[in-house]
Amino acid sequence: MIDATVVELSRWQFASTVIYHYLFVPLTLGLSFLLAAMETVYVTTGKPIYRQMAQFWGKLFMINFALGVATGLTMEFQFGTNWSFYSSFVGDIFGAPLAIEGLMAFFMESTFVGLMVFGWERLSKGQHLAVTWLVALGSNLSALWILIANSFMQDPLGAHFNPVTLRMELTSFQQLIFSPDAQSKFVHTSIAGYVTGAIFVAGISAWYMLRNRHMELAKRSFRMAALYGVLATVGVITLGDALGFVAAQAQPTKLAAMEGLWKSEPAPMAFNLIAFPDQSLQKNEGAVQVPYLLSLLVTHSLDGSVPGIDALERQAAQKVENGIPAVLALKTLSTNPHDIAALAQFKAHEQDLGYGFLVQRYAPDLEHVTPQQVQQAARDSIPPVAAVFWSFRLMVGFGLLMLAYFVLAVIYTLRNRVQHQRWFLRAAVWMIPIPFLANETGWLVAELGRQPWTVFGVLPTWMSASTHSVGYMVFSLSGFVLLYSIFIAVEMALMVRSIRQGPDEPGSGDSRSAPRPAIAPHPAYAAARDPHPEG
Amino acid sequence: MELFATLQVIWWLLLGVLLIGLAVMVGMDMGVGTILRYVGRSDIERRVALNVIGPHWDGNQVWFILGGGAVFAAFPLIYATAFSGFYVVMLLLLWSMIVRPLGFEYRSKIADPAWRNVWDWSLFVSGAVPMVVFGAAFGNLFLGVPFHFEWNLTSFYTGSFLALLNPFAILCGLLSLALSVCMGAVTVMNGAEGALHQRARRLATWAPWVAVVLFAVGGVWVHALPGYQITQGPGAGIPQTPLQQTVALAPGAWQALFAAHPLLWLVPILGFAGMLGLSLAARAGRSHLAWWLGALAWIGVIGTAGVSLFPFLLPSSSDPSVSLTVWNSSSSQLTLLWMLGFAVVFVPLILWYTSWAFWVMRGKVKAEQIAHDEHAY
Repeated sequence: MIDATVVELSRWQFASTVIYHYLFVPLTLGLSFLLAAMETVYVTTGKPIYRQMAQFWGKLFMINFALGVATGLTMEFQFGTNWSFYSSFVGDIFGAPLAIEGLMAFFMESTFVGLMVFGWERLSKGQHLAVTWLVALGSNLSALWILIANSFMQDPLGAHFNPVTLRMELTSFQQLIFSPDAQSKFVHTSIAGYVTGAIFVAGISAWYMLRNRHMELAKRSFRMAALYGVLATVGVITLGDALGFVAAQAQPTKLAAMEGLWKSEPAPMAFNLIAFPDQSLQKNEGAVQVPYLLSLLVTHSLDGSVPGIDALERQAAQKVENGIPAVLALKTLSTNPHDIAALAQFKAHEQDLGYGFLVQRYAPDLEHVTPQQVQQAARDSIPPVAAVFWSFRLMVGFGLLMLAYFVLAVIYTLRNRVQHQRWFLRAAVWMIPIPFLANETGWLVAELGRQPWTVFGVLPTWMSASTHSVGYMVFSLSGFVLLYSIFIAVEMALMVRSIRQGPDEPGSGDSRSAPRPAIAPHPAYAAARDPHPEG
Repeated sequence: MELFATLQVIWWLLLGVLLIGLAVMVGMDMGVGTILRYVGRSDIERRVALNVIGPHWDGNQVWFILGGGAVFAAFPLIYATAFSGFYVVMLLLLWSMIVRPLGFEYRSKIADPAWRNVWDWSLFVSGAVPMVVFGAAFGNLFLGVPFHFEWNLTSFYTGSFLALLNPFAILCGLLSLALSVCMGAVTVMNGAEGALHQRARRLATWAPWVAVVLFAVGGVWVHALPGYQITQGPGAGIPQTPLQQTVALAPGAWQALFAAHPLLWLVPILGFAGMLGLSLAARAGRSHLAWWLGALAWIGVIGTAGVSLFPFLLPSSSDPSVSLTVWNSSSSQLTLLWMLGFAVVFVPLILWYTSWAFWVMRGKVKAEQIAHDEHAY
């Protein structure tokens, strides 16, 4: 059995490295489309200011992109290094979208990003525009395949357990990629990236406007970002609602935790606006409720209802009882795959195999399981309610805040008055961290809400980790913390420095920045290459 | 069953193709990192060397990521067992590799010499360490690594971290480093002029001889090692776990396939020919030709390892019978089939646009112009 501390540390390591990685990914997703849009305007109208915009924001894009790529390496390998049982158990399904991501998306994004930066003088306008669009397309396709993989963890469709190979195997590729969770999560998550890009560009543009620097670039960038942002925010909220609807079907425990729903209630159900869930007492303190709203939100009707945690625990207890014979049969099949009786016993109970694994944590000897152990496992099937409940409310709160912000931003910018609303410009700068927080809290809702499973209902987290020693885990976790802290400090310093320097504007009315040698407003690097090699 | 066995072999070959792609494409960039401080004596020379690979290192690195993804998708049990077993080595690899994108992207953004020195050394470490680890991992496959499974295929690695850095593994690691240095030198030669070009050329002339010696010593060494042999098991194309076979150690087993098919000796010969050819071509100043010969050398070296080990992928030294093979660690037929479909469409596409990107950026990087360009690396 795997040491519980090792599992705990492996979870901390995965969560911290993925949360860190996810600081950079959404900005890449959102900025890449904004860059492509700016360059499209440049190519269609021929106005150089848009080229300058594409290049300036492109410079910030690359500082962010480098860390996104660097920390993505960790993610690609961490399933194997730290979640080896998970990897062999579902690799037949889960590995495929990751490999396809490399083949179809990441290769494209990374190859063309080099040309995007270095190719301004080498490519025709149209070619360069195509390259920029391919970078945006690549990064978004990348998100698609990663989220298809993630959705398999939330709702394992298109797969079954093969007792001969002792693992999950693919039964339908179509079901895997067209899973409802994957579809709505891809759109919700990638659009959340667009919101991130929009707030980033709008916030920095506002900072320039406050200082009366680079006004032309700042106003135009702000306007594009505001329009892009308001559409994207509406999209995020709509798809977030759809995702909640999907979760209600596939992951009732996640939904119950999101809503702090300890007891099943008849319809129409009230929504907990604020509450302080207590996991040990299984109730909420200080709840502020809105009547009817929960039924409307999660079932889109007044007479719909969803089960509470009490009912879900009762169901889980039954599944645990049913799952135990499945695990026992599997143990026999492991040494003799042709044992007919064991195979029949397995087939009769296979749908609850995962719950048999769940109780194994408390009852290593599954021949003798006490009712208390079954209860323990059933209670385990509920995710940490307070954390999921509050992450969800924070995410939604941030989302609504950003919607209000973008509505105002669009009004001000379309009236061409935003540069005079100094309070709003200051607020816009302070808004920059908000989408990042929303993205991370969204990740927490999705992945904490999936607990205690790595693959929902199929494979518990406690048995998914690699069998390392505590010492190894302390070593690796400390290493990541140290390296990543240095990286973020360096990245932030360079980002701030590049923003302070601003775009290259020969002869601009920028009195505050130090005088710089006049240089052409484009990465002249490319011109540094002689297009005729070796004579 | 025949379809499944065929798919397993195809994916074994494809894995080889991806590993060769990784070694050639990532290896040359890492080689440039490794030799950066040697061939580039001044800051501007180093910048030229970095800008030679500037537009391409990012795309090239995806070979590494795809390599990991393909092992995961096609041989999940290998991905799970090897990556967790090699834990500390994998961390060294990762930590050195994640410094690399920052080295490229951030180094030249600030002109302070101390800042640039730190990143130069980072690029050295992130070039040399991963290549040594890459080779050492291969070396350990010949020796077997100590792991075993519980009934449900939970894997346990029982060796120490230092055991992975044994003399034979280090020899393989140095071979891989030498080849990457050759490719890095050829790449700098191809994209730079003047003293930088000359130093790279000198390096590309003698470094292949180091690789020749290491490859030859490695070959002799493997002859003396006992190989692994499946004595009983379900066989190819049958769904199975590693718990259902018996494996024995046998002298000469790593040469069995060469003995059965003598034509396969062409594979190691190709390796030697590529290395020697690279040296001669570099001497003659033919950097393009030298690069392609270097790629052939990699094909020869990785091909030799693959042929020796087949069908083994990860032998267990502590419990040989649970050794992982192409037959017992692959994905299911359906997954292999779907993945093959994607590979058939996208690998040629990748090769096509990668070539286009190299063609667009062809030519020499000039020092004078980088010096006045704040956007260059």
